[in-house]
Amino acid sequence: MATIATLKKGQRGIIREFSVDTVPLKLLEMGCLPGNEVALVQTAPFQDPLYLTVNGAHLAIRKETASQIQIDVITEQKSSPEGI
Amino acid sequence: MAKQFNVALIGNPNTGKTSVFNRLTGLNQQVGNYPGITVEKKQGICKLERGVKAHVLDLPGTYSLNASSLDENVVIELLLNKNDKDFPDVGVVVTDIENLKRNLLLFTQIKDLGIPTILVINMADRMKRKAITLDIETLEQKLETKIALISSRENQGFEELKTLITNYKRLSVSPCLNASSIAPEYFDSLRKTFPNQDLYKLWLVITQDVNFGKLDRKQIQGVASFKTESISNLKRLQQKETIKRYQFINQVLKQTLIVDKQNAKDIRSRLDRVLMHKFWGYLIFFSILLLIFQAIFDWSSYPMDFIDSAFASLGEWAKNTLPAGDFTNLIAEGIIPGLGGIVIFIPQIAFLFFFISILEESGYMSRVVFLMDRIMRRFGLSGKSVVPLIAGTACAIPAIMATRNIENWKERLITILVTPFTTCSARLPVYLIIISLVIPEQRVLGLFSLQALTLMFMYLLGFGAAIASAWMLDKVLQIRSKTFFIIEMPNYKLPLFKNVGITVVEKTKSFVLGAGKIILAISIILWVLASYGPGDFNNAQAVIQQNNLETPISNSELETKIAAFKLEHSYIGHAGKFIEPAVKPLGYDWKIGIALISSFAAREVFVGTLATIYSVGNDDVETIKNRMAAETNVKTGKPLFNFASGVSLLLFYAFAMQCMSTLAVVKRETNGWKWPMWQLVIMTAIAYITALGAYQWFK
Repeated sequence: MATIATLKKGQRGIIREFSVDTVPLKLLEMGCLPGNEVALVQTAPFQDPLYLTVNGAHLAIRKETASQIQIDVITEQKSSPEGI
Repeated sequence: MAKQFNVALIGNPNTGKTSVFNRLTGLNQQVGNYPGITVEKKQGICKLERGVKAHVLDLPGTYSLNASSLDENVVIELLLNKNDKDFPDVGVVVTDIENLKRNLLLFTQIKDLGIPTILVINMADRMKRKAITLDIETLEQKLETKIALISSRENQGFEELKTLITNYKRLSVSPCLNASSIAPEYFDSLRKTFPNQDLYKLWLVITQDVNFGKLDRKQIQGVASFKTESISNLKRLQQKETIKRYQFINQVLKQTLIVDKQNAKDIRSRLDRVLMHKFWGYLIFFSILLLIFQAIFDWSSYPMDFIDSAFASLGEWAKNTLPAGDFTNLIAEGIIPGLGGIVIFIPQIAFLFFFISILEESGYMSRVVFLMDRIMRRFGLSGKSVVPLIAGTACAIPAIMATRNIENWKERLITILVTPFTTCSARLPVYLIIISLVIPEQRVLGLFSLQALTLMFMYLLGFGAAIASAWMLDKVLQIRSKTFFIIEMPNYKLPLFKNVGITVVEKTKSFVLGAGKIILAISIILWVLASYGPGDFNNAQAVIQQNNLETPISNSELETKIAAFKLEHSYIGHAGKFIEPAVKPLGYDWKIGIALISSFAAREVFVGTLATIYSVGNDDVETIKNRMAAETNVKTGKPLFNFASGVSLLLFYAFAMQCMSTLAVVKRETNGWKWPMWQLVIMTAIAYITALGAYQWFK
């Protein structure tokens, strides 16, 4: 299942529902809401934490939290730069 | 006081709330603490039209009214308590044009409390560059508020804001969101149980427990034992509330805010690419660290030397000018050197906060936290522990207070516990004098001074001890706390000189007044203990004259002998003798024992105490050093300060918890004596054992 943690750099996704018991309210308050678009800007060395843009806001969370948030990955219409 | 009313500045972090506060109040502000906790309370007076004055309170930055930290809890406690003398007549919610959507969440919550609320939209100067257009009039209608479009950078819009504040009584107080719509049945049952209460307030009180649980209930009567829903259900409702609020905000902004994304390219991503690069990012960070250390230890030595000599001559002057007697001695030998001991740290503290506030204002600090998080986590710390560990090289007290934004309690606690290992500026004078005594003046490879290398090693040892003990604490402490870590990555901004300046002044002032009081008190107590004593103390003159009847002796030599005798028989001399058996295995005598006791209050007292003990008339370091070098071990006849006892002392000072102010701060930040006491016992034990080992090994 795709989560924010499985996003690749530059990739975007739409947030699905997530459990209130594992994801802190603060993340919601900062704009990480179901239905919103999330994009991975970059990862820190060792692939953790993750630098995201959600709902126009820029924030960083750890991979552990990111893996709790399921998303639908947006597949690009145009072909990806790698040409696959 | 009919003319003065209360204004509260409320807003998310990084919205420029403090700049707005500084613009409204000028230097007409005071910074204190909320009673009983170390959350900073900033308030000031704002002059409005027609001689009206408003009392402005700058509340800690918060993302919402669902508090998850001590700072945020202050906001909600005040806003729920109508009887508080600071309860706002009008709320001013500060938002940032680029993060308006997220910032409005808090605005809707404040407005729903029934407080007249003005919306300030800051950084209007960025609108054109970012191709943002905003329909102010419609936004005012939809939110039922008044909007002030300002730019704190260019000092625009403040007159309009002041006019709005003056006319606050005209503001609408109708809520944005009907609280009952969150969960109609649940709110119905609430209404039946508490017919006279405001539902939204009630809801906030009930849900605080879920997140923070430290809300003072005495102020809100009748809800103490109201519990109908499981925590998990309440959380779900909170989530629902947040989503509802965002739905409302999205709807409003859809009609009023246009952002042309084509034009929104900025320097942010370019800077991020360099500053957060896996190689350049670290290199830049360590270069900045090096610059900070250079400033703290090199550049600040000039003002420090000046302060040192100024206080020495002031003491001398007082002694020569005031009429001789106990009172003059207290001033010249107790109070003035005590004050000097505080003032001398001002350059270092000021430099440190100058850099830290630039790093924070510019938005760079968040990048450091991001870069360091994974590495620090291996040792049970958080990326956010980097700031306290850097700040700890100046003083552990502000450093421990800077741990507050670490969300995870275990990571925060470990940071608090290990921060005192970093080499604070109070250890520096001790290291300097001991290193100059026991480490030879040689060069390694003909280049590096051995003494300088030793000093650098002491700093590394401090960091090493902090990291290693963090790692051990992480393994040992059985604290279950959810690991969550969220950090906003704000836009890069050029720091506002005024804000940096005010931060430096305020932080320095609070150090001088806070820690300074204790250092001063201890210096006075020390002076008293060293100047009075039981029994023989009072006959010092007679005893010494008796002993030296045969041999002719100069007056000054006699004075020195009397002073030394007095010290040995003073109260503090007795204390030193009392602990001598404990410190002898470490290579110390009773005089160093006294210095150890006195430096429990504050480490830097060590040098001053030895200066007093070795009855040196002036504060010239060379002279103290020579006196110390001349001290011999009574038994062996060899110099007391040799390599073995010197290394032992260095290690003792590196590890021991010798700072009452730090213990007091840890007590406040951890809500009890348990952790500071552990800290004291463990750190002192490590210090004793390593010092013992080193002395016995090198002896």
